[in-house]
Amino acid sequence: MSVTLLFAIVLALAFAGYLLGRANASGLKAAGNSLHSIPPYHGYFVALWCGLPAFLLVLIWLAAQNTVVDRLLLAGLPSHLTEGAAPARISLMLGEIKNVAAGRIFGTPDQITIDAAARYRSLQNMASLAMVVCTLAAAVAGIAFARSRLSPDFRARNRVDGILRWLLIICSILAVLTTLGIILSLVIESLAFFSHVQVSEFLFGLSWSPQTPIRADQIASTGAFGAVPVFWGTIFISVIAMLVALPVGLFSAIYLVEYADKRVRSVVKPLLEILAGIPTIVYGFFAVLTVAPFIRDFGTSLGLSVASNSALAAGGVMGIMIIPFISSFSDDAITAVPQSMRDGAYALGATKAETIRQVLLPAALPGIVGGVLLAVSRAIGETMIVVMAAGLTATLTVNPLEGVTTVTVQIVTLLIGDTEFDSPKTLAAFGLGLVLFISTLALNILALQVVKRYRERYE
Amino acid sequence: MSDTAQGTGRRAWYEPDAKLKRRHAADRRLRAYGVAAIVFALTMLMTLVGTIAITAAPAVTQTMVTLNVEVPEGAVDPSDPRGGSYQKILNESVARIFPEVDTPRELRELRQLFSNGGQYALRDKVAADTSLIGRTFEITFPLSDIGDQLRKGVIDRDLPREQRRVSDEQIGWYDRLVEQDRISAPLNWGLIFNADSRFPELAGLWGALVGSFYALLICFLVSFPVGIAAAVYLEEFAPKNRFTDLIEVNINNLAAVPSIVFGLLGLAVFLNFFGMPRSAPIVGGLVLSLMTLPTIIIATRAALKAVPPSIREAAIGVGASRMQTVGHHVLPLAMPGILTGTIIGLAQALGETAPLLLIGMNAFITAAPDSMFNPSTALPTQIYIWADSPERGFTSRTSAAIIVLLGFLVCMNAIAIYMRKRFERRW
Repeated sequence: MSVTLLFAIVLALAFAGYLLGRANASGLKAAGNSLHSIPPYHGYFVALWCGLPAFLLVLIWLAAQNTVVDRLLLAGLPSHLTEGAAPARISLMLGEIKNVAAGRIFGTPDQITIDAAARYRSLQNMASLAMVVCTLAAAVAGIAFARSRLSPDFRARNRVDGILRWLLIICSILAVLTTLGIILSLVIESLAFFSHVQVSEFLFGLSWSPQTPIRADQIASTGAFGAVPVFWGTIFISVIAMLVALPVGLFSAIYLVEYADKRVRSVVKPLLEILAGIPTIVYGFFAVLTVAPFIRDFGTSLGLSVASNSALAAGGVMGIMIIPFISSFSDDAITAVPQSMRDGAYALGATKAETIRQVLLPAALPGIVGGVLLAVSRAIGETMIVVMAAGLTATLTVNPLEGVTTVTVQIVTLLIGDTEFDSPKTLAAFGLGLVLFISTLALNILALQVVKRYRERYE
Repeated sequence: MSDTAQGTGRRAWYEPDAKLKRRHAADRRLRAYGVAAIVFALTMLMTLVGTIAITAAPAVTQTMVTLNVEVPEGAVDPSDPRGGSYQKILNESVARIFPEVDTPRELRELRQLFSNGGQYALRDKVAADTSLIGRTFEITFPLSDIGDQLRKGVIDRDLPREQRRVSDEQIGWYDRLVEQDRISAPLNWGLIFNADSRFPELAGLWGALVGSFYALLICFLVSFPVGIAAAVYLEEFAPKNRFTDLIEVNINNLAAVPSIVFGLLGLAVFLNFFGMPRSAPIVGGLVLSLMTLPTIIIATRAALKAVPPSIREAAIGVGASRMQTVGHHVLPLAMPGILTGTIIGLAQALGETAPLLLIGMNAFITAAPDSMFNPSTALPTQIYIWADSPERGFTSRTSAAIIVLLGFLVCMNAIAIYMRKRFERRW
């Protein structure tokens, strides 16, 4: 039975529970009792007791079922196959059994596999059936329990409000759980990585070539995990992006707030914000399709040699993407400066430009700096533009016409199409992810602090 | 009195001196910088949209060829019409048009002109109507990538042979097909309704559209109720203490975490820990919902804040509980704002690529997923796959797919703006 159908049945049962509870309360009322809560609340109470436990049970069951079935399946295999086998070997074995069970048979599987496949199918069927039975039992038991609580004096509204309140709290804790999940998964995998590679080598090593030999006898590089060139590439591309975005964003904000009349502003501001709404994959394709060839041709015509995945192309396009961030943050910060300060400057005979440079910008600086920090954090976390337009090889260079690689590019290339979790190559991605997470978090916190601490309050 | 004009160094009070001129020039300069910055940004926007639209234009039509096919009685078993060797039948009907082609090399080149999908089109047609067996009928199917590009002029015929992807013979055969009026160029519906393929002329977005739909559905089903619940708690119920502060700081930080980190989370937790299927829209949807959650929570809190306290006081005054106040009055009044924020969040999720790459939604899958547990691609990851494909025909298809994606985003944002304008209420 599909999970969707099961959910539908649980929902139907919950609705039936609602009708039951309400009818029960109406009956009590008709019999001359005075109720504490109106009848629908009795219904809600029964429905919640019916639906919530059953729903949670299904979720937990679904999360655990595959693991439990795999364990049972492994326990049933002959011990000479499983004892001491590498995790990769075991997962290969499980995969084969599941393929056979699903009818995707390649070659001639041995008898053990065929038997195991049959057992896997029966275990799966049993698990699904047990889930349906347990869920329905939980739903019915919930109805029965809730129904037994109902009486004229039962404080149904308070109880329902209490349950709902807990649901709200759980939902808001989910945000904390997400952060916790991010930190835990990054830290755990990174610790596994740092058991292969020393932290100091990772953070300060100058050579990055994560290709490790797959077999022991293979002649390949042994893998070097010095991430400095990767960090440098990220910083370099972000600097190029900021060199494009900062002047353009700041000057357009100044113009829009101080010079432009209302009509121009109402047209240009939304147009600039379109730039922020375009998915980054589109920017990436734009960089590959238009900007990189343009820069290459232009450079070649000047007699320069330009890599097809130059840092300039990736950084420049990223800068275009970031323009709206800078301009809208600066816009807000400049707008927030009170009119009286402008008037004061004008009264002293300052021109508009002088007012902007010497009065408005200093007053708006914390807001602008905060916005710039957020934009930098955005730039170093940006993925698709650099995956498509920046290079794959890690080079330490200050020439914007050469290709550099970034943290996000490396994460994507290390993890695409590779699911083995025990090689340092895959784990390195999580090490990089941890660095990325920490640095963007630090930038965000710093940005908030700057805005909070240095913002002058104008009354 | 004329003594003010005396002396060469003196000037009238109304004539600006050099310093004032400099100051005014600086003012004009700043103004010009501002105009230049805006012009630069808007030019880039127009270049981006323009180049992609121009590159996408060839993908609007698909070059098709119409052949007269004869399916001989014995070639296909009517009880098992899908089992026939249709490629052979097609080759024979091609050979009837070009009887002079006989060397193996030439035959191979000739077949390169026709799409590999022809045999399947023929198979489906015969399977749908077995009475066609033993008759001669017309069938229309795509030309291959090179044929398509010959018609669209992407391949320059004047180039020397070595720099061209098609041989002189292929151009000759193509021209003969044109003379015989066998070439047509209808609208390229296959781009929308086909699944992915290695062959550009057969590749379409259907699988990606279905995958994105499932992922967004999951994203909506999870993040909408959870986001509203979290926002309602924080805005209407939460006491001011360290715990709720922690939640708030968390949500604000989550909104700024790079999307690829969510991909790492999905990979480590959903795929590795819970053992969910790789490349499945359900995992993509869950990862996207975690990303969309902060957007929805922040938008919902803003919408709840905009509902004036007098509404709440009135409801509590007539005996409603706080939960009733929120459920019956505050939430319905805030709903337009919440929906606007949700649509904008979903639009962001639709364009998100990086986390989906990490959970494997960039697999090569030639059929639309049957359910949200089957492997699938999504619209942005499909664009990524096509952008990486070396075949020339994929360039215009990638741009066309981007136009489709941008079209969806424009629609979603337009709905959001409309709702904000239409239902926004000011107290």
